[in-house]
Amino acid sequence: MKHRFTLPGFGLTLGYTLVYLALVVLVPLSALILKTESGGWAHFWQTVSSPRVLASYRVSFGISLIAALVNGGFGLIAAWVLVRYRFPGRRILDAIVDLPFALPTAVAGIALTTLYSPNEWIGRLLAYDQPLGMWLSPHSPIGAWLATQHWAKEYLGPMGLRIDFTQLGVLIALTFIGFPFVVRTIQPVIQDLALDVEEAAACLGATRFQTFRRVILPGLLPAIFTGVTLAYGRAVAEYGSIVFISGNLPFKTEITPLLIISKLENYDYTGAAALGFIMLLASFVILLVSNGLQAWDNRRKGVA
Amino acid sequence: MACRLGTIAGKELPEAMAGVTSFPTTARVERPVRATAESPVIRAVLISVVFVFFTLFLLLPLFVVFKEAFSQGVAAFLAVFRDDATASAVRLTLLTAVIAVPLNTIFGIAAAWNLTRFHFPGRSFLITLIDLPLWVSPVIGGLIYVLVFGANGWFGAWFIDHDLPIIFNTPAIVLVTMFVTFPFVARGLIPLMQAQGTKEEEAALSLGANGWQIFWRVTLPKIKWGLIYGVILCNARAMGEFGAVSVVSGHIRGKTNTMPLHIEVLYNDYQYSAAFAVASVLCILALLTLIIKTYAEWRAEQQLAEAARHTDLSHKP
Repeated sequence: MKHRFTLPGFGLTLGYTLVYLALVVLVPLSALILKTESGGWAHFWQTVSSPRVLASYRVSFGISLIAALVNGGFGLIAAWVLVRYRFPGRRILDAIVDLPFALPTAVAGIALTTLYSPNEWIGRLLAYDQPLGMWLSPHSPIGAWLATQHWAKEYLGPMGLRIDFTQLGVLIALTFIGFPFVVRTIQPVIQDLALDVEEAAACLGATRFQTFRRVILPGLLPAIFTGVTLAYGRAVAEYGSIVFISGNLPFKTEITPLLIISKLENYDYTGAAALGFIMLLASFVILLVSNGLQAWDNRRKGVA
Repeated sequence: MACRLGTIAGKELPEAMAGVTSFPTTARVERPVRATAESPVIRAVLISVVFVFFTLFLLLPLFVVFKEAFSQGVAAFLAVFRDDATASAVRLTLLTAVIAVPLNTIFGIAAAWNLTRFHFPGRSFLITLIDLPLWVSPVIGGLIYVLVFGANGWFGAWFIDHDLPIIFNTPAIVLVTMFVTFPFVARGLIPLMQAQGTKEEEAALSLGANGWQIFWRVTLPKIKWGLIYGVILCNARAMGEFGAVSVVSGHIRGKTNTMPLHIEVLYNDYQYSAAFAVASVLCILALLTLIIKTYAEWRAEQQLAEAARHTDLSHKP
């Protein structure tokens, strides 16, 4: 290579970066891949497609997707409100967006579980004899209809709506975890939006909603997609905040990372490695998609 | 531009504008809603939605931790930390952070210097690789170290033969913590150093400074707040890591339990207020992280704006 750099330190910093990266990340990760391979294809396939594992994918990948979409909606609103509006408490809300990022997952896990257990805080409000929960009680029209629905059975406890130990609990934990990623990705883009195009739209007679849908939203879409992808990636990988609130019921609320741990506890290293390989692959694909989305966004900005 | 200055909304505007070349900025219209703002009703609804969401998902969990921690009184709260198992968990967590955070900080600075000062093929791929631990499940972070250092792993038998078991022991806890917190300092610095550019460093070089002088005297003061933020976030994650540490620790009470693992033990023992007491300490750490982050971001922005002003002045024709 005939690169001539002005500033010194290229060799030293590249060498250090590569050695440290290899030692801490790449060598251990290659152990995962080699261990998976050593088990053989038949064993791999048997492990990653067993019914209990398939059910855990539905929880890990399915509920994460719902949580990421919920965050997409609320994250967009929150980012918009925090950038465009001035109201008391705005700075505090803005600072606290990152809480899920800074708070240890185990702390988040026990706090959310306590909050949403029956007889506690929010969980209590969902009991059938409470103003909020009575809409779901078997004596109300909605509750009576829900009682006939097969899918709703696990959420309707004897005393009220159940969030802990159900997929709703997993959804809440995953929404909590992913929220900052969506807000922090959309926020700077809203900040940089050119006001004059909105003014032009208003001058041309567009209503505020038309302006939002036709002028503002298209500019925000790449950031929204990127934020949702990041939140999804984070949710798929999450462990600590889910295990407390989900109750880890096989086929219902058991996530794939938990299955990896139970395989390890049974000394099934190749099985654990196989599941780890699937999760690693998924994370890598999500990371590539989010990088692709960012590149797409940069290209669009370059054209504009 | 006229629309922004005059507070005008509604559809009369195009007619009003017809034939008018310059629009008087003192014009007053009945509805004082700016053309680029939502109606007060929508505004109020959106702000309420945000407040409800934040309360349910962010503020209440925070409040619950402190409320439950002190539910048995201050004396009970303090007694939790006099317990040997708790004290040992605190010590192990501090030890882990003291080793993992500086190592990742040195790496982060080296990586950020390399990736923002030089452009070379494979650069963006390297950034993706550095990001990887952030997106890999922490459980996998633990699993891979079990595969390398476990009794059946690559090097496990050798270490066990030499009386230095890695897994179910402190070294593994430090190693997985390093893995999980690997990207934070680098990620904090790369965008900042990218935005700041290299003009000042080049000036220092032309004045005869060597590499270390440039780093200590020019770069470090410029990136100080970005670095502090990266380190503090790295530290918060190092002290709070749960999934990865849980896989390799073996949960030996009083020996290999970190604070988050100890919280789990207490919680599963139905010692809720003790669990929340330990959790509240980590919670304070998280809040402190957020405060420093907010301040650091503000300072970093100022530094960036200042740098932009200087380059503007020096490069104006």
